[in-house]
Amino acid sequence: MALVLFAGAPLAAFALSPADVAPLAGDDFDAKSAAIDKLIANHDKESMAVLKALSDDSALATDSGAVLLQDGDTAKDAVTGKTVAAGDAQPVTLNNLLRSKVAGALSGLQLDSPDRATREAAITSLLQNPDPSIKPLVDAARAKETDPALKKRLDTLWAMTALHDTDPAKRLEAVQLVAARHDLDMNELLRPLVAKKPDGTFVEADDRVRAAAQSGIDELDAIQRRSQIAGTLFAGLSLGSVLLLAALGLAITYGLIGVINMAHGEFLMIGAYATYVVQNLFQRFAPGAFDWYPLLAVPASFAAAGLVGIVLERLVLKHLYGRPLETLLTTFGVSLILIQATRMLFGAQNVQVVNPAWMSGGVTVLPNLILPYNRLAILAFSLIVVGIAWAVLTKTRLGLFVRAVTQNRRMAACVGVKTARVDSYAFAFGAGIAGLGGCALSQIGNVGPDLGQSYIIDSFMAVVLGGVGQLAGTVIGGFGLGLVSKAIEPFWGAVLAKIAVLVLIVLFIQKRPQGMFALKGRSAEA
Amino acid sequence: MTSATSSAHVGAGGGDLPGRDAQSGFALGLPPRPALLSRRAWLALIALIIVFGLGVPFATLVVPETSALHLSAYAMTITGKFMCYAIAALALDLVWGYCGILSLGHALFFALGGYAIGMYLMRAIGHEGKYGSDLPDFMVFLDWHQLPWYWQGTQHLGYALLLVVLVPAVVAWVFGFFTFRSRVKGVYLSIITQAMTFAAMLLFYRNETGFGGNNGFTDFKRIGGFPITHPGTRTAVLLITFAVLILAFLGARAIVTSKLGRVVTAVRDGETRLMFLGYSPLAYKLFVWTVSAVLCGIAGALYVPQVGIINPGEMSPGNSIEMAIWVAVGGRGTLIGPIIGAFAVNGAKSFFTANFPEYWLFFLGLIFVLVPLLLPNGIMGLIELMTRKRNRS
Repeated sequence: MALVLFAGAPLAAFALSPADVAPLAGDDFDAKSAAIDKLIANHDKESMAVLKALSDDSALATDSGAVLLQDGDTAKDAVTGKTVAAGDAQPVTLNNLLRSKVAGALSGLQLDSPDRATREAAITSLLQNPDPSIKPLVDAARAKETDPALKKRLDTLWAMTALHDTDPAKRLEAVQLVAARHDLDMNELLRPLVAKKPDGTFVEADDRVRAAAQSGIDELDAIQRRSQIAGTLFAGLSLGSVLLLAALGLAITYGLIGVINMAHGEFLMIGAYATYVVQNLFQRFAPGAFDWYPLLAVPASFAAAGLVGIVLERLVLKHLYGRPLETLLTTFGVSLILIQATRMLFGAQNVQVVNPAWMSGGVTVLPNLILPYNRLAILAFSLIVVGIAWAVLTKTRLGLFVRAVTQNRRMAACVGVKTARVDSYAFAFGAGIAGLGGCALSQIGNVGPDLGQSYIIDSFMAVVLGGVGQLAGTVIGGFGLGLVSKAIEPFWGAVLAKIAVLVLIVLFIQKRPQGMFALKGRSAEA
Repeated sequence: MTSATSSAHVGAGGGDLPGRDAQSGFALGLPPRPALLSRRAWLALIALIIVFGLGVPFATLVVPETSALHLSAYAMTITGKFMCYAIAALALDLVWGYCGILSLGHALFFALGGYAIGMYLMRAIGHEGKYGSDLPDFMVFLDWHQLPWYWQGTQHLGYALLLVVLVPAVVAWVFGFFTFRSRVKGVYLSIITQAMTFAAMLLFYRNETGFGGNNGFTDFKRIGGFPITHPGTRTAVLLITFAVLILAFLGARAIVTSKLGRVVTAVRDGETRLMFLGYSPLAYKLFVWTVSAVLCGIAGALYVPQVGIINPGEMSPGNSIEMAIWVAVGGRGTLIGPIIGAFAVNGAKSFFTANFPEYWLFFLGLIFVLVPLLLPNGIMGLIELMTRKRNRS
C-alpha cells in the first residue's frame, strides 16, 4: 500500500499512473478488481473521480488502455486530466461483484465526511455489504471518528472487513466483534473461518480465532432456533386466535340447540364486509378519523352478523329443531344464498380493507422475528371477546338461561324459561361473535365472498377437539389446533399438516370419545 | 371385505333364530320379508329396460344426425352423467336413508372411483400424448422418469376396475372402522366426513401426489381399445351405466329388504336400543357404509369416461353436500326417490346454468332451505301424500 502511495508520489499533480488504470480497459475481471482495490487504497481525488465514473457508467476505455472520464460531451483522461476526444472509446464493463465493490468504495470514501449524517448513512450502507477492500478506508475513519455511537458501529464494520487480516490478534478481535453483533447475517462471514480446505487443514490457521468463530456460530444458531420456535409459537397463537373467534359462536349454538351451522363461516364473511362498509364510510365522510374506524366496525360487524343470525333462526332453524342432519343441509343452503348475495352486492372480487395506521408495522422481538401489530391486536381482541362471552354466559341472566337450556331444555322450560327466545338470542349472540371474528379477519387476510369457506372446517375441528358447551374447551381447541398446525407446517407443508391434523383428531376421538362428544344433561338418546 | 364376513357372523348370532322358527312354522310376529319389487314395478322396470336398451342405440347410431330424434353427443353425456349421479345418490340413500349416517364425504368415493379408472385411461393414451412419452403428460411435465409404484399395473383395464372397487372400499372401511368404533355419529360424523373429503382434495391438488394436481386427468383417447369419443363406444358406456344403475337399485333393494337391512334400519331408528338387544352395530354400519362407498366409486368410474375429465374439484365438500340434496329432494329411504332427485336437481342445474347462471346458487340454496322445511320426505313423500288423498276421496 505504502508502495503504491510512494509510486504515485512523483507524479505530484496526478496521483494516478497509467498502469493503475490500464487493467480497467482490459477484459480480465480479476485484474479490474485488483485495480479497483488499488484505487480505493489510494483514496485521493483522482482515484475517487475514476470510481465515481465507474459507478455511474461514465468511464470509457480506449483500445490503447487509457481510461477516459466522460463529462457530458467532453471526455478527460483519468491519469493526465487532459481533455481528449472520446473517439471509439467503449464504456468500461463491470460485473455485479465489481459494481458493489465500487459502490462500497464510494460509501467508504464518505466515511471521512465532516457531516455526521453522511457518515452514518455511509456506515449503514457499508454494514450491509462489507467488502474487505474498503478496510484501509475504515481504518482511517476509525482513527478519526469521535462520535461514540458511530465509533461503535465503525468497530463492527472494521471487524467485518478485518476477518482476514494477516495479524491473528486482529482477526481474533474482529471475530469477537462480529459475533457480538448477534446478527444472523454474520453467519455467512463466520462460517468460512471454521471450514476446512480440501487437503484437510483449516482455512483459519489460528486455533483461538477458530474457537471464537465457532462459539459465535453456535450462539447465532441458538438465536435462530429460539426465534424460529418463538415465530412458530406466535404463528400458531395467531391462527388459533382466529379459529377461536370462528369456533366460539359455533360451540355456543351447537351446545345450546344442537345445530351445526354450516352458514357460520358466512357470518364471518358478513362481519368482514360490515367492516369494509364502515371503512368506506370513514374514508368518505371522516377521513381524518380513519385510524379509529375499527371502533365503529367492531359493533357494526357484531350487529350485522347477529341480525342475519336472528332472522335465520326465526325464519328457518326454529322449524327444524330435533332434525339436526336436515338443519345441516338447510344451513348449507343458507350459506350458498349468502355467498351469492354478497357476490351480487359487492362483486366476486376480493375487496380491500386497509389496516389503520396504528395496526401496520410490527415490533421486532428477535433479530429475525417481527410480530405484526395487526396480529397482536387480533390476539388481544380474541381474548377480550372470550372474556366478554364468558361474562355474558356466567354473569348475566341470559347466560344463566342459556346454560340452563343447554343442560336440560325441558326442565328449564318447566321453571319458566322461554326456551325459544333463549334459542334466538343465543343464536344471534353466536352469530355476532362470528361477525367479530370476520372483523378481525379483515385486518389480516383477504375479504371476499368465499372468506367463510376457508375457515369453517377448521373451526368445526376446533369445536370437535375442544368439546361442546364449555368455553375453556373451545379456547383450548382453537389454540391447540392453531399451534399443532403451525408446528407441523415447517416440516410437511401446509397441506400435509392439515391432513395430519385431521388424522390426529380422528385418533384423538378414539381416546376420548365420550369426553368430547357427549352432551351433558339432555344427551341421552332414544 | 372383512366387514361383510364379520357382519354375516354377527347376523348369524343375532338374526338367524327367527328364520329357523319361520321354517318350523313358528312365527315370532316378524312381518314377512317384502318382495324385491311389486309386480307392477317389475313390469315398469322391464318396460324401461326395453325402451332404453333399444331406444338409445337406435337414436344414436341409426337415426341420421339431421333428424330431431337423433340423440346428440351432448344429450348422451348429460344422460350418462345424470345416471352416474343417480347411482351415487342411491349409494348415499343407503347410508343416510337407511342407516342414519349423513355422509358429506361421498364425493371422495365418487372421485376415487373416477381416479382409478382415470389412471387406466391415462395409460391407454399411450404415445399419443403431447410429449409422445410412455408416461402420462403431467409426469413428463413434472420431469418424472418412471411411474410411481401405485401406478403399476394400471394399464390393464381389469386391474383398474378392481381398483375402482377396492380403493373406495378400503378407504371407507378404515375411516368407518375408526369413526364408528368410537361411536361418533350424527352431525359430528357428517362434519368429519366432510373434513375427510376436504383433506383428500387438498392432497390431490398437490402435484407431488402423482394424480395430475390441479388439472387432474383429461384428454382420454380410448377405452378397452375403442376410441372413446366414437358414438358406438359412447352408446356402450351409456348402456353399461344404465345397467349398473338398474343392478345397483335392485341390489340396494335386496339389502334393505333383507334381515341385515332390518338391523341397519334399526341402527338408524334406535342405535342404543339395538345395542341393548345384544347387537353390535359396528359391523352393520361398516357393511352398509362400505357397500355405499363402493357403489359411489363405481358411479365415479362410469362418470369419468363419459365426461372425459376428473380433477380434485370433484371431491370438494360442496359436491358431497349437493349429493345429499339429491337424496333429500327425491325422498330419503325410498331408493327410487334419490334417483328421481338426482335427475331433477341436476336437470334444474343444467337449465339454470345455461339460462340464468347467476341465479343457480340462489335456487340451489333455496332447495336446501325449503325442501327440509316443506317437503321433509321429498318428491316420493309428496307422491305418497297425493295417492293417499286420492284413495281417501
